[in-house]
Amino acid sequence: MSSAAWTRRRASARRVWRQLRSDRTALVGLILLALFVTMALTAPLFAERTELQAAAGRNNPDLAAPSGKFWLGTDDIGRDVFALVMWGARVSLYIGLLATVVAVVIGSVLGLIAGYSRGWISRLMLAIDDFFLVLPFIPLAIVLALLLGRSPTVLALVIGGTFWAGGSRLIRAQVLSLRERGYVERATALGASNRHIIVRHVVPGVAPLIIANATLIVPGAILAESTLAFLGLGDRFSPSWGKVLEGAQASGALTLNAWWYYLPPGLCIIGLVLAFTLIGNALERIFDPRLVGR
Amino acid sequence: MNARLLVRKLIDAIVLMAMVLVFNFFLFRVVDRDPLARFRGRSKLSQEQRAAIIKRFGLDGSKWEQFVRYISRTVRGDFGRSFDSTRPVSSEILDSLPNTLLLVGVSTVLTVAIGIWIGIRAGWRRGSAFDRVTTPLSMALYGTPEFFLGMLFLAFLGAKLGWFPTGGVLDPAAHNTGFANIADRARHLVLPAATLTLGYLGSYSLVMRTSMLDTLREDYLTTARAKGLRDRDVMRRHAVPNALLPSVSLIAIGFGFIVGGAITTETVFSYPGLGLATYRAIGNNDLPMMQALFMISSIAVIGFNILADLVLTFLDPRIRVGT
Repeated sequence: MSSAAWTRRRASARRVWRQLRSDRTALVGLILLALFVTMALTAPLFAERTELQAAAGRNNPDLAAPSGKFWLGTDDIGRDVFALVMWGARVSLYIGLLATVVAVVIGSVLGLIAGYSRGWISRLMLAIDDFFLVLPFIPLAIVLALLLGRSPTVLALVIGGTFWAGGSRLIRAQVLSLRERGYVERATALGASNRHIIVRHVVPGVAPLIIANATLIVPGAILAESTLAFLGLGDRFSPSWGKVLEGAQASGALTLNAWWYYLPPGLCIIGLVLAFTLIGNALERIFDPRLVGR
Repeated sequence: MNARLLVRKLIDAIVLMAMVLVFNFFLFRVVDRDPLARFRGRSKLSQEQRAAIIKRFGLDGSKWEQFVRYISRTVRGDFGRSFDSTRPVSSEILDSLPNTLLLVGVSTVLTVAIGIWIGIRAGWRRGSAFDRVTTPLSMALYGTPEFFLGMLFLAFLGAKLGWFPTGGVLDPAAHNTGFANIADRARHLVLPAATLTLGYLGSYSLVMRTSMLDTLREDYLTTARAKGLRDRDVMRRHAVPNALLPSVSLIAIGFGFIVGGAITTETVFSYPGLGLATYRAIGNNDLPMMQALFMISSIAVIGFNILADLVLTFLDPRIRVGT
């Protein structure tokens, strides 16, 4: 690729970043996100990984209220809730982001093929897309997680593998419209190969859409992860926030009024989901000028 | 309505249902190589017992034979037996279906009606006090996992204040009949239904608001105003009907999420429906049960989508005449 094209792209990336920072709601999202990323990165400074294991709480009081020693109290087996919440940021972010990458890759590739191909391939892709669009996500993800395993990486693959249909639909529509543009027709008339047109014209044309869509898939993936973990499909030894909520629900913390056990992980999920939603909405506004003013 | 269009939609529906049937077999018998690997107490089984169980659950023979048997049984409503209770899956499901239909039905109607009403008001008067309050609230609700909302309700309105029961569908100690029985059921329904309704309210109101904002740009609204129609009439007769159209299909897709949300909501409130059955099937590795539950939820969601599609065809003349 020529360096002129890269200079132009860098400049437009800088412009997007500037617009993002000047958008008030996006700024709130960015600050929230920075907070959670800091939590995930600094977790080992506050608590050893071994504190997540069941044996770690053996000598601590169970369901103790917050104190100087345990900032957020302890859970039903005496583990430090603050340690669980800090380490939970890692698991939730990891699964949310990896699942999004998987969903975006599947959605983009299938969307490109569906939009660029003609005839039966295009019809087949559309039928597959329709099928995955109407299948209920959570039940499908439950079945896959039950059959394939519960480690964070497998869960991310499962969520990503069930979350791509909406994105693929959007990208297909964009490709269909790009294909009719003058510069693509010109390239075809000049004898450009399909490969050249896809790499040089179609992919750069759909890239902004893919990015904005990805930022909006993350919240869905994080919510899906917390749901699966809450239903007992999480990994016991690397608990996400959803897994902590499952423990709170199962141990009766709700009726015992142990708010320190369930409020922090729940509020963290809401905060992280909101962070990505705010950033995603702002990116959509920036990339799609028709949406300005919403 | 156009009869040919109706036939085409019905064929689409049948194809989708057939795909669910095949996909379900693929998931449980191909992705999962040894379905008996999760059967409880398998290590103590003798060779003959193992063979007997395999036969009893219909897992013998080649994959093709299994497939043919699976299709013919499923079409007749025979989903095999639960690994956990060993009762027929179909009776387990029939036992819990009414509770779920009630919960999901009430919540869907409430969330769609309230969500659309909020979306219309917020979109029509963008930036008004109503919009400034409801839109951030909708976003916060959208970001809240419904089960966390349910846990808060259970902890505060249920356990702490004691306003509502914290689980089940009926008070087992009180043998109520007649009106008292209905009132007791209603009291048990309040928290789960409120959870499911609020949990999905945000996405509906945000979609409707966006749809309203799109409609506001249309020329026919300018025309309607130029005719001298009052503001309310412009909204009711011209803006709302058009803004509703794109949300019909989104309502149908959203129904899939409500079905998923019923699983966690019923779990939080120990509400004995299909969702709680799903949670138990996960805990017990009860694959026959899970297979049937997945099939039923898929068919329900697909059915709802087809219904929405037909409603849309009926409402939108542009689709009806096929342009």
